[in-house]
Amino acid sequence: MTHELLRFATAGSVDDGKSTLVGRLLHDTKSVLADQLAAIERVSNERGMDAADLALLTDGLRAEREQGITIDVAYRYFSTANRSFILADTPGHVQYTRNMVTGASTTELALILIDVRHGVVEQTRRHAAIAALLGVRHIAVAVNKMDLVNYSKADFDAVRTDFIEIARPLGIEDVTVIPVSALVGDNIVDRSAQMPWYEGQTLLEYLEAVPVGLDPRELPFRLPVQYVTRPRTATHPDFRGFAGRIASGVVRVGDEVVISPVGRTTTVTGIDVLGTPTDVAFSPQSVTVLLADEIDIVRGDVISAAESAPQVTREINATVCVLGETPISAGQRVLARFGPKTVRAIVGSVTDRLDLNSLAHLPHTGALELNDVGTITLRLADEVAVDDYDVLRTTGAFILVDDQDGSTLAGGMTRC
Amino acid sequence: MTNISDYTLDHLDVLESEAVHIFREVVGEFDRPVLLFSGGKDSVVMLHLAVKAFAPSPVPFPVLHVDTGHNFPEVITYRDETVDRLGVRLVVAHVQDWIDDGRLRERSDGTRNPLQTVPLLESIVSNKFDAVFGGGRRDEEKARAKERVFSLRDEFGQWDPRRQRPELWDVYNGRHRPGEHVRVFPLSNWTEVDVWRYIEREDIALPQLYFSHERDVFARDGMWLTAGDWGGPTGNEQVVRKTVRYRTVGDMSCTGAVESTATSVSDVIVEVAASRLTERGATRADDRMSEAAMEDRKREGYF
Repeated sequence: MTHELLRFATAGSVDDGKSTLVGRLLHDTKSVLADQLAAIERVSNERGMDAADLALLTDGLRAEREQGITIDVAYRYFSTANRSFILADTPGHVQYTRNMVTGASTTELALILIDVRHGVVEQTRRHAAIAALLGVRHIAVAVNKMDLVNYSKADFDAVRTDFIEIARPLGIEDVTVIPVSALVGDNIVDRSAQMPWYEGQTLLEYLEAVPVGLDPRELPFRLPVQYVTRPRTATHPDFRGFAGRIASGVVRVGDEVVISPVGRTTTVTGIDVLGTPTDVAFSPQSVTVLLADEIDIVRGDVISAAESAPQVTREINATVCVLGETPISAGQRVLARFGPKTVRAIVGSVTDRLDLNSLAHLPHTGALELNDVGTITLRLADEVAVDDYDVLRTTGAFILVDDQDGSTLAGGMTRC
Repeated sequence: MTNISDYTLDHLDVLESEAVHIFREVVGEFDRPVLLFSGGKDSVVMLHLAVKAFAPSPVPFPVLHVDTGHNFPEVITYRDETVDRLGVRLVVAHVQDWIDDGRLRERSDGTRNPLQTVPLLESIVSNKFDAVFGGGRRDEEKARAKERVFSLRDEFGQWDPRRQRPELWDVYNGRHRPGEHVRVFPLSNWTEVDVWRYIEREDIALPQLYFSHERDVFARDGMWLTAGDWGGPTGNEQVVRKTVRYRTVGDMSCTGAVESTATSVSDVIVEVAASRLTERGATRADDRMSEAAMEDRKREGYF
C-alpha cells in the first residue's frame, strides 16, 4: 500500500482548545520527543499545573502574540504507519481570515473545532465558509470539551445538526463530526470509554482513512511550464524538454496536447520523471515532457489535454482575499502571478464583498481591505490560460503582487 | 511505494516533486541563485534534488560553503569530491580570512559557529546572489515552523516576521528590491526521517561520520565532542574512545556525537525513528543556547 501524504488545516480559536487538540494529536501519535516534552513539563510545573499542558507545544504562536507581531500559520508534522501528515496550524483570533486562507490553500481537509458548550458560533460559520471558498473538499468537525458536558449525546447531536445545516448551503461535500475531549484524549487517537453511544471513527482513524487527493484520471491534464531544458551537451545536443509539475490529470506518450496561450497542438513524444523515462505520468509529479513539433514555448505557458483546453483570456472574474495592508480597488495596477506566469494587470472593478456574518455576497464597489473577501474583475496585459478554481484548483489560483514593494496583496480564485 | 496502477503517489515522491518544483521556480525567476552546501545530509539531499530537477542539463547554479576552519576534515573531502563529480562550481567563504584581516575576532570560547553569518552575508553581496537555497526544515524547531518556503531577507540578511509574505498554494512570490535576497527552503516540509528514507531510497552517499565509528571524544555540556585543535578538551575534561555517529554535521566545537552502532542508512532510520530526542536537542550546543535564551525572554515577558 502506498504511504500517502495528507495535508490538513486546523481552524478554531484558542478557547476552543485547538492548541490542546493539536498537542494531543502530536503527543498521542508519539510525535513529541522527550526533550520537547521535558520542556513543556517544566513550564507547566512553573505555572503550577499537575500534568504537562499540551497546548504549550504550539506556544511559539503565543509568544508572537505577546510581542505584538503577526500571528502566523505554523506547520507541524507527524506520521503513523499508514500516512504522513502536514498540519497547517492556523491561529484563530487575529487576522484569522488571512491565516486560514493561507493555511487552507495547500490543504484538502479542514479540521474545525467547536466548543460543545457554545455550539456553532459566528466564527464556526466563517471557518466553514472560508474552507468552502478555498475548495477544501473534506471537513472534520471536532466537537470538543465533551468531558465538560458529561459526554452528553444530546448536546453533541445538537451541535452536529447545526453544523450540517450551515455546511449544506456552502456546498461542502464531505462532513464528519466527531465528539472529543482534547484535554483528556477522548476519541483523538484512542477510543473514548465515556461515549459508548458514539460508533464512528476517532479523529486519527478518520485522518488515516479519508481519501487523499482526487483521482488524476478524473481531471484534464494541465502542465504549467516552469523551465525549458536545453542542455546542448555532446550527449544531448538536440534535447528540448519542458519541465514543470503536473497540476492536474494524466499524460501519456502519444497524447495530443495544446499549448496555451498560442493555441497550437502537438503530440507528446516522451516523458521523463526526474531522470527516468516513462510512458505515463500524473499529478502532482514533476516531469519533463518532449513534444513532436518545434513550437516556441516559454516559461508560463500551459500544456494541456487537447480535448479540454483551459480558457485563454485577457479578462477574468475572480474571488479575492486581501492579505496585505494595501487595499484592492478599481483602477489599481498590480502584478498577477498564475503559477509560473506573471502578467501586469489592472483591477477593472470591485463588484461585491462577502459579508462574514450572513455569508452573503453583498454589492460593494469600494476598496477591499485586509481580510476582506470579494469579487473583482481583472484586465491583463497578456493572455493567460486559466481554469475555474472550483474545477481545477492549481490552474485557477493566482496571487496579486504590489509592483513597487513586492508584497503579496491578495490571493485570487478564477471564476470562469 | 508509488503505485502507477492506481495513480497514487508515495509521500516521498510528493515531497520530492514539491522540492523540484521549488528549484525550477527559483531558476525561472531569479538571476543568480546559489545553494548552501556544507556536506551535511540536508544540503546533500538538496543538491541531489537539484541534479534531478534539471537533468539532463547540469545544475544551473553554484554552491556556497562557509568554512569555519573547524569543519570535520572528512566532510571537506566529501564536499570536494561531490562537487567535482557533479561538475558544480564551489564558492568557499573561509571564516579564517575574515579573522586574519581583522573583520572578525575569535571568540573566547573558541566556537566559530556565530562567526559564520558575516562571511555568508558578505559572500552573498559580493557574488550578487539573489536567491539562496538552504536546507532548513520546519520540523527542526518552533521558530522554523513558521518559516516560508520563499523567505525575504533585507540588506542586513535579517528576517522580519512582519514582512513575511503569506504563501498560498504553490504560487511563490520572489520579488525583492536591490540588495535584498530571498532564502529558499526546498525541504521545508520534510522531516528528519523523510530525509533519511529518501537517502536510503536514492542510495545517496554521505560523509562517513553519519555512521557508527570509533572516535576520541570528551564530554562537554552533556554532549560528546571531537577532541581537536579547535579548543578541546580543556581543564579536567577527559578524552575517551567511544563508538559514535553524528546526527548533524556542523562546526566541531558545537556539534555533538551520539553513541550509536548504526552502520548503515537503514540502521540510522531505525535509530532516528526510535529516538526520544530531537535531532537538534540531542546534538547541537548552538541551539541549546538559543533555546535557553528564547525561554529567558519569554519568562521576562510572561512571569
